[in-house]
Order: sequence, then structure tokens, then C-alpha cells
Amino acid sequence: MDLRFSGEDQAFQEKARTFIERNLPADIGEKVKGGLRLYKDDYVRWHKILAKQGWLVPEWPEEHGGTNWTPVQRYIFLEEQARAYAPRLVAFGIKMVGPVIYTFGSPRQKQHYLPRIVSAEDFWCQGYSEPGSGSDLASLQTKAVRKGDHYIVNGSKTWTTMAQYADHMFCLCRTDPNAKFQEGISFLLIDMKQPGVEVKPIRTMDGSQEINTVYLTDVKVPVEDRVGEENKGWTYAKFLLSHERSGIARIGASKAQLDKLRQIAAAEPCGDGYLIDDEDFRREIAQIEIDLHTLEYTELRALTASAKGEAPGPEANVLKIRGTELQQKISELLMQAMGYYAMPFVPEALEHGYNEDPVGPQAAAPLAAQYFNMRKTSIYGGTNEIQRNIIAKMVLGL
Amino acid sequence: MDFSLNEEQQLLKDSVDRFVRENYGLADRRKLVASPDGFGRDNWRIMAELGWLGAALPEAYGGTGGGPVETMVIMEGFGRGLVVEPYFASVVLGGSLILQGGTDAARREILPPLAEGRIQLAFGFAERQSRYDLFDVDTKAAKSGSGFVLSGHKGVVLHGGGADKIVVSARTAGARREKAGITLFVVDADAAGVSRRAYQTIDGLRAAEVALENVEVPADAVIGSVDGGMPLIEDAARRGIAALAAEAVGIMDTMQSLTNDYLKTRQQFGRPLGKFQALQHRMVDILIACEESRSAALIATLRLDDEDASRRDKAVAAAKVKIGQSARFIGQSAIQLHGGMGMTDEMQISHYFKRLTMIDLMFGDHAYHLKRYPAL
Repeated sequence: MDLRFSGEDQAFQEKARTFIERNLPADIGEKVKGGLRLYKDDYVRWHKILAKQGWLVPEWPEEHGGTNWTPVQRYIFLEEQARAYAPRLVAFGIKMVGPVIYTFGSPRQKQHYLPRIVSAEDFWCQGYSEPGSGSDLASLQTKAVRKGDHYIVNGSKTWTTMAQYADHMFCLCRTDPNAKFQEGISFLLIDMKQPGVEVKPIRTMDGSQEINTVYLTDVKVPVEDRVGEENKGWTYAKFLLSHERSGIARIGASKAQLDKLRQIAAAEPCGDGYLIDDEDFRREIAQIEIDLHTLEYTELRALTASAKGEAPGPEANVLKIRGTELQQKISELLMQAMGYYAMPFVPEALEHGYNEDPVGPQAAAPLAAQYFNMRKTSIYGGTNEIQRNIIAKMVLGL
Repeated sequence: MDFSLNEEQQLLKDSVDRFVRENYGLADRRKLVASPDGFGRDNWRIMAELGWLGAALPEAYGGTGGGPVETMVIMEGFGRGLVVEPYFASVVLGGSLILQGGTDAARREILPPLAEGRIQLAFGFAERQSRYDLFDVDTKAAKSGSGFVLSGHKGVVLHGGGADKIVVSARTAGARREKAGITLFVVDADAAGVSRRAYQTIDGLRAAEVALENVEVPADAVIGSVDGGMPLIEDAARRGIAALAAEAVGIMDTMQSLTNDYLKTRQQFGRPLGKFQALQHRMVDILIACEESRSAALIATLRLDDEDASRRDKAVAAAKVKIGQSARFIGQSAIQLHGGMGMTDEMQISHYFKRLTMIDLMFGDHAYHLKRYPAL
């Protein structure tokens, strides 16, 4: 047993850190650090910088643009990005549809779509949930009816993150209305820039606009844009959910937020001193630090095991549950740390380049909004209750 | 970075697991707990013969040259069987103190027979008023000729009743709660002035109250330096915590599988309990707590000899917090999920619950370590 990173991994860490320091645009780093609003251009700029270096899709097979890094190196790379306040990578192309295409796609799909993901040209979104199908995803009703060499798609998808930016959507549609549940679903790649696709924003309680409902009315999808076999889409959807384990717990981002929490607590007056001196608050921070430390090594245990070719265990679901609980807890403490000054809500202050005096401390502006926003983490990607159902069934055999 | 056991460690694990499987059914354990010694002399001999008692000792002192990982492997296996032999008290605590603080002569005198199972050590550090503060020492050691005279009381000394030698902390200088001025002494259990009141603990182990009345010890009974015992005590506590964390992981893992099996077999409302979602989710939270505890225990073990003292102390305290919190949650949940059967002495689960609960109390409970963590 050895806790240290190997010499090779340390050198890699140094290389990654230097690259990120030199190449992350200052304005993007400031936005992420300050909890300010990010837009498509911010994500795409960072994606393209990584793409140019050949580092956007490290976990992919080398023939499709991967880097052949070890799981631990990929972990280090994500950690370094979070540490430097780089924006998170948008997963839809890189971690979701890309691996589905290179695993199950046709030669044409691989040739056409993969390079455009690797170079950050295309922006993808995910068409899974529907107004009537949330946790019970397999009950989805969006229909794709075969007509010659096309499907005609009708229905609606919702909670579609960044659909307003997307060029394409990977979409689960019912192709056999008579089949039961998971059978009869197909995995289609839909061009978002065509007639019949309407994107309607959903404003969330924190005032931001990340998610949408996507209405699909007689949308034509070439049959050659169906991934894999007809009616086997559920298999690919499940593969996608279990595919990439590194980074799922968002440890790096949580560490950066915890640092911010310490800085804020050290500056926030409380009694005769500062909040950081308050014993109860210190204990809350200590608890998070301990939980984060433990979860980090739970993830590293899983990664080193997978590097040795051991089969994945329950980690992905465990990491999702605990990682999101911690992200939420930290966001809660960040808001709590501000006291009254969590209350003022000045949307303009969440934009980069806002020049007026802040109400209260500079750091306060986004904190309550972030707390409200982070409630999503235990809901998206399969609610934490669904994650528990999966562990109960798949791991515990209940 | 690598979290796998090497070949020797894997062999050690296999042999400990086999021993526990073959010799440590609940009925076997009941007999041992009820016996006069409170553990099996035969088992103790086997452990010595298989090299477990010296697994973490250097070859020069009768061991096989392993370290914290070997201790972890043994303790986790012992957790699975709720082993009652005094390995933790005698070898992990006593052995560490002599190895880390003893002179070469003391090591040569004490460690080989310890590894052979011929002598048994215990560590008396707690006192009636000390709670979990290792530096809160009221037992006095007064200079007398070339040696010392000890007077005071050591409480809840694990396996203190059967020990041949007891390492005790005593004050050679300073006030009761000062960190400086504490010295460690090896005291022969049959020395004049030592009286012991031995008893069983609720988790089936043995402990003793040890009274010291003008006990004379020679100068070479000192372990470490006079007035400078505190770092050694802290070192032993850290090693003890890592070992207990491993034992707790073995216990938690076993409780998880016992409880999961119970949910699959016990039928109510016409179906297995495991079909009820409220119970499934509780079971999953047990699994998560087990995984996290395993990580925390592992890191504490691997950081024991870390050159960065803060990183080392944090890892150990974090493990104690995590293990303690998980112990409460898993223990209480396992009993709850077993329903009325969980309350009985007949079922194994209650025995695991009791030991797991007591582990939280050793060397400071989770609340104690959470409170001290920020300053580490």
C-alpha cells in the first residue's frame, strides 16, 4: 500500500497545474471563483483551449482523441482544474454521448460526431426527462415513428440543461408503443437547429436560466442518426449512466468551496472576534473537511481499483449521493456564514464586470442564490433516492 | 498510489480470516468470554505461532518486520470474529510503547516474549477525572534513590487484570493538566503496592482498575524520557486508534452482511423485509457508512508514520470521528432492522453492536475528536 502519488503522477500534476495557470482566461477564473454567472462562451472558450492541447476527452480511447492517462491522472487533472477555478466541463458531449457513440455508434456516426466533440465545435444536450417522466424515466412518451429513412419525433423533454446553447440533443424516444417499459425505446441524435424544435427556458428559484423544456413537433431525424439497434436505447442509456466514474463526487470543486468558506468565516465579524473562532461553526467546518477527506479517498480507492482492472462496485452511486450531499452542505454553510447579508439579491452583481459597490461584503452576492441552485444536485442525474434504489437492487440484492 | 495488499499481507489476511471462520463461532466466543481468563490460551498460542503477535515488530526483537498495515489486517479480521484475545491491549498498545520509547535493553527484554505470547502487557493511561485527555494525569511518581515511587489510580485498563506488566503514565513534574512532566513506567503487575480489581466489560472483554500505593520501580522502568512521556502516549494512542478503526471496519462489514441477509430472509406482510423501500434505503446508508469508514481507517493507518505531523494527526482524528459516527449509525440501524430479534443476546448482531459502540469510547469519542480537529 502506498498513499503517495508516483513520481510520474507528481510530474503530471505539475504539468497540468502549469498548463491551467497559463491558459485559463482570467475573466473566466474570476467568474467561477466569485460564483458569478457563466455563459456558453465561457464554457466553449475553456473547452477549446483544452481541445487545442488535446486534453478535452482524456478518458476516451486514443484512436478517438483520448490521452491514455491513468484514472488517477484524470482525477488529478480534474482536481487541478477545480483548484484553479476553471469552469466545470460540460458533460453531455464529453462524458455522455461521446462514449455512447464510440462504443455503440456506426462508423459514420463516429466519423461525423466524435471529432466535433473532441474539438469543442458542437454543444450537446440530453433529452431524457419528460414532463410526465422524472424518476420513472422508462415511462417516457416522446414518440419516434419510422417513415422511410426518417423518424418523425413528437413529444417534449424537460429539465434540459443548456438546451438553449445546444447544436444536438441525444434523446430517448419510444419507437415501439406496444413494448413494455424499458423495451421499445431508441437512442436518437437530434439536430436542434431545425423546424419543430422549440426551446422554452425554465427560470429556477435562484434566478438563473440553465434548464429548459424542449418541444419536439414532427421533428425529422434520419434513421442513420439512431445509435445502435432500434428498441435497444435503454441499454445505451444505462451504459452512459455508469460509464465515467472519475470526478463524479466533485471533490475538487467542493474543496475550493470549502476554502472559500474558511476565508469568508475568517473575515465575517462575530461577537468580539470572527465567525471562524465560533466553536460551533468550526465544528461544522471540521465535519465537512473530514467527510470530504473520507470521500476523496473512497473515490481514489475506486479509481486505483479500476486502474487494476477490477470490476466497478457501488462507487459511482455512492459517490453521487455523498458528493452531492457535501456540495449542498457547503453551500448551506456559505449562505449561513453571511448572516443578514445573504439576503440582498442584486442580479446585476452576479455578472462579471459589475462596477457598483456591493451591498454588504463582496463575497455575499451569489451565496444564497447558490444555495438554492445547489438543491438540484440531489435531484439531477437520478435523484439520490433513485441512486439508493439502484444500490439496493444491484449491490445488496434486495 | 496503491491500496492493495502485497503478497505477504494477503497471506496474513487469508490466515486470520480462516482462523476466525474456523474458531470463532458465537458459541466458541461465549465460552471464552465466560472462562476465568476471558480469552483462550490455546488461541493465544496459535496467534503467537502464526507470527501475528510479532507481525508489526522488527525482526531484531522477535517480530517479522511488518508495520501498521499488518496490524490493520489482523485487527480487521479480529473485528469480524469479535476476537477477545488481548492482542490490542498487549501487542498494539503495549508493544508500540516499548518499541517506540523503550531502550534497546527494554526492547530486548520485553518484545521477544511478547511476540511469543509468553508475557502480556497492558497500558494504564486513563484516570477517574481524565475523561479523554491523555495529559490529565494525577498519578504521582516521586524520585526515590535511583528509582521512583508511584502512587495513584489507573482506570479501565484494558486487559489489565491478566497483564504481567502494565505501562502507566505518572506525573514526575507539573500540575495535573500540564502536558509536560508526565513519565511512562513499566510496572510489574505483581510488584508490592499494586492492587487490581478486574472485571468484564459490556462488550465481552476484560479490564481492571489498577491502584498503585507506594509502588517502587527502578530507574530503568522509565520508558522514554523523564517528564517527556506525552509524545509517546500520543503515538500509542494514534496507533491504537488506527487499529481500532480497522477492527471497527471488520465489525461494520459483518454487521452489514448479517443485516442484509436478515432483510432477505425475514418475511412480513407476505414478502421479505428487503422489499420495503424504507428499509432498503437504510441498508444503503449502512453500506455507504461502511465504505467511508474503510477509507478513513485506511488513511489513518497509512499516515501513522507521515513526516507531516498535522497531516498525520488530522488523518487519525478524522478516522476516529468517521468511525465513531458510523458506529452509532450502523450499530443502531442494524438493531432496528433486526427488529425484536436484534435485542436478543441470542443473535450475533447484538454482540457486534456492543463492541462497536465501545470502540467509539476508546481514546476519545467522535465528539471529542471533532472538537479538537480544527486545531490540528
